[in-house]
Amino acid sequence: MIPKKADTPPRPRKNPLQKNILTLFLTFFKIGLFTFGGGYAMLSIIDNICVERKKWITHDEMMNITVIAESTPGPIAINCSTFVGYKQAGLWGALAATFGVVLPSFVIIYLISMVFDNFLQFPVAVNALRGVKIAVGLLIFSAAVNMMRKMKKTPLSSAILAVSAVVMLAIEFFSLKFSTVSLMLIAAAVSLCVFLAEELAHGKDGERK
Amino acid sequence: MILFHLFLGFLKVGCFAFGGAYGAIPLIRDVVLSYGWLDDEALTYMIAVSESTPGPIMVNLATYVGSSQAGIMGAAVATLAVVLPAFALIILLTALLGKVMEYRGVKAVVAGLSACVIGIILAAGITMMVPNIYSANSGIDVRAAFITALLILAMTGYRRLAKKKMSPILLILISAILGVLLYAV
Repeated sequence: MIPKKADTPPRPRKNPLQKNILTLFLTFFKIGLFTFGGGYAMLSIIDNICVERKKWITHDEMMNITVIAESTPGPIAINCSTFVGYKQAGLWGALAATFGVVLPSFVIIYLISMVFDNFLQFPVAVNALRGVKIAVGLLIFSAAVNMMRKMKKTPLSSAILAVSAVVMLAIEFFSLKFSTVSLMLIAAAVSLCVFLAEELAHGKDGERK
Repeated sequence: MILFHLFLGFLKVGCFAFGGAYGAIPLIRDVVLSYGWLDDEALTYMIAVSESTPGPIMVNLATYVGSSQAGIMGAAVATLAVVLPAFALIILLTALLGKVMEYRGVKAVVAGLSACVIGIILAAGITMMVPNIYSANSGIDVRAAFITALLILAMTGYRRLAKKKMSPILLILISAILGVLLYAV
């Protein structure tokens, strides 16, 4: 017989689900407010808070959601908050977490957007931004190089990468009318066709796994 | 009407922005330029602001573009549109189709898409860097080339010494200081 611990009586909570949703909202509000540097920075913070401190999700679940976040469209931070919120408190939890993570940057950017044009009247600001423009280009370029290093290289993926880059450069320098989305749809169609062709060539064994 | 276009434009961004913020930038550029909402210059500044303020870059850009076109309602509509596809998809994936990512066909398409996205981002980086240094009517901008070289040096030097990547905020700060110093003379 294990005696019940007297020092931890069941806490009288009026509405545990409601409280849970409020906690989710506040936690993700904090994450949204203090994470600079985009999705990958946010992943490590969510891991720290939701897995290690609050134990809302397990480490394995965190790994899974990272893979899913990377291979589904949309901001990675949004994917993760929606997932954690849903696991904790269903659809309302997902809503609370997603709304919480978006709200801080929404307010901050809205305020900045109102004063940004006045800011450009100062020559110092204009000169600073000429420098900043260069940094932004570099950041995007180095992000691409980084992703290229981590990518699983097959002849097909390398070909798709090279063709996409060349097509985009051609669109830019010759001002062609062709949208990024159509290029992505073509890439998806080509990889699906190659996959199906390989499946047919190797027979049907192990088609699904 | 502008609200409807903002919603549609950013819904498209939300649906196709694989690979995080940098995957979204070429798409946002595409949408924003084709509707004529911002020019390249304003967009570049806004990317820098989004990098240096908290929160997902995609959300920040949507909020800014929406607000610049249609005030607070525009900001709300654009932000909602960019978040919606990711939100709906994750609910669907976790609730109904947990195993869908395991199919090899799905994996093959995702691999193809990621390769395509990396190519697009690479091209975006090049097309955003080159016009700073060289343009047909003003030739080579020596100061911009010098700043580019210094920034690359700073990035690689930092990675060697600190064994990690320099934060985007620090790089943007350094570039702003270099801009003020070099363009003032």
